[in-house]
Amino acid sequence: MFALFFVWPAAIGLYYSFTSYTGVGPARFVGLDNYTSLFADSSFYAALTRTLLFTLMVVPATYVVSLLSAVLLTSEYTRGKTVARVIFFVPWLISPIVAGVIWRWLFGENFGLVNYLLLQVGLHEVAWQSNGNLSLIIVVIASTWGSTAFTMLLFIAALKSVPKSYYEAAALDGAGPWHKFRYITLPGIAPTSFIVVLLGTIGAMKEYALIQALNGGGPGSENNLIVQYIYRTGFERAQIGYASAASFVLLLILMVIALVQMLVNRRMEANR
Amino acid sequence: MSATTAQRPSPSAQRKAAQRSRRRAEAPRTLGATAVLWLLVVVYGVPVAWFVLSSIKPAGELFSYPLTLFSKQPTLAGYSQAWTQFDFYRYFGNTLLVATITTVLTVIASAAAGYALAKYRSWWLSAFAVCVIATTMLPTEVILSPSFLVVRDLGLYNHLAGVIVPSILTATGVFMFRQFFTTVPDELLEAARIDGSSELQTFFRIMLPISRPIMITLAIFSFQWRWNDYIWPLIVLNDPKQYTLQIALQSIVGAENVNWSVLLGASVISMAPLVLLYLVFQRYVMSADLNAGLKD
Repeated sequence: MFALFFVWPAAIGLYYSFTSYTGVGPARFVGLDNYTSLFADSSFYAALTRTLLFTLMVVPATYVVSLLSAVLLTSEYTRGKTVARVIFFVPWLISPIVAGVIWRWLFGENFGLVNYLLLQVGLHEVAWQSNGNLSLIIVVIASTWGSTAFTMLLFIAALKSVPKSYYEAAALDGAGPWHKFRYITLPGIAPTSFIVVLLGTIGAMKEYALIQALNGGGPGSENNLIVQYIYRTGFERAQIGYASAASFVLLLILMVIALVQMLVNRRMEANR
Repeated sequence: MSATTAQRPSPSAQRKAAQRSRRRAEAPRTLGATAVLWLLVVVYGVPVAWFVLSSIKPAGELFSYPLTLFSKQPTLAGYSQAWTQFDFYRYFGNTLLVATITTVLTVIASAAAGYALAKYRSWWLSAFAVCVIATTMLPTEVILSPSFLVVRDLGLYNHLAGVIVPSILTATGVFMFRQFFTTVPDELLEAARIDGSSELQTFFRIMLPISRPIMITLAIFSFQWRWNDYIWPLIVLNDPKQYTLQIALQSIVGAENVNWSVLLGASVISMAPLVLLYLVFQRYVMSADLNAGLKD
């Protein structure tokens, strides 16, 4: 099964990426043509840059917010943790499609709650949908909102496994909360942090449903992400060979990112 | 270090006083931390609350200024309109079928694979383990077009099976089980063998029952993944009769003129089952030690 649905598609995908296959008829071998035209295609670059930009914003945002909420949920100083946990989890349950609808509803230009509130406090309405950068930021917010709970769960498990005696020792040495967090908590959850960043990066690089529901990659095609690009060329324009080439570029990028992160992780562990 | 504190003699009265003063000193901290926590809760909860509250407003009130949080005349018109306008029974049925079958198969396959990886030694098992790690790198989204061709050539295009079969194997599931089964002592396995239990019997009668917490956790996760899946069903299914909930929903979102009151109603209907399911099983999700499965 594994071979059938992962190894085999990968292999024929690699083969088709060298052909001009359109889904029907014979696949004509065209060598590296797909790759050369891909690297000459400005909309491919645009999609790639947008994807990287999106990843660079989502991953740190999710990391910070979910770590903060995990710390607060495991802290002895907070009240009402049970209710808070349930509420934090709801966004994770909501499908990316519905999440897209929710944020579109909040940030609508003529009817959204956010613009209404801005007007109430005497500010101007903001063009959330027709400004490409702003609409990307909304996707970042929505994505962070939706993926916090899962990451938070990983952090909670990690925080619980940091030995309590370290904190007691630090307290005797007169360490403040920030020092404890910086020198005990952060190193203690380092393996989890690594996983979170890795999974987050991979997840963000292949985001599709949320952006599709939120703004359809718009305004125009300004916020098309890489998977959208693959979907459009492969399934709407039936250039399967070309889309396969784009898939492989994405795959290669993911692998490089994963390798770099693993190397950095190893080096950090060696230094400790 | 904690031993030093314990050794220090402290009469109970003194300790109580110390405790009281500590609590007083901690009061601002409790207040601060709780405030931050609840601020976050509000930030996370408001979008959903606003959305659900809007869904019970009559269509005319949706856009009338000034906006109000609670509707003056709450109505379920959006819901009934959405329910009659769309084939919800069918979409629910399709999605439920896909999510349930995939979940059951995922749990069984992951348990079997995880058990094998934890308890048997052979070269091809190690090779398989490496391959499973590689699948986390190689998600279906990345090899969309080739995966589509495989499904089409197998004759699964436009069948719900085309959605189900490729998504059964998940690396997360396999590793969750592997991690759990490595903690099960080998003696248990040997005792069963000595008693004349076959390998399959041991697996089904002993190993599966003791891994119940993992099974439930993975089942909830898998169900959520499949219920919310969008891009893969979108590619495999072409016939509206086969549509899952998410694709059907997206077809309303993508319409030129969005009918918000229908869309809001339909969205709330589509997320309700999962939220209910979660509320029932949430204690299992919360106690899940996910790291066990992911750390390796």
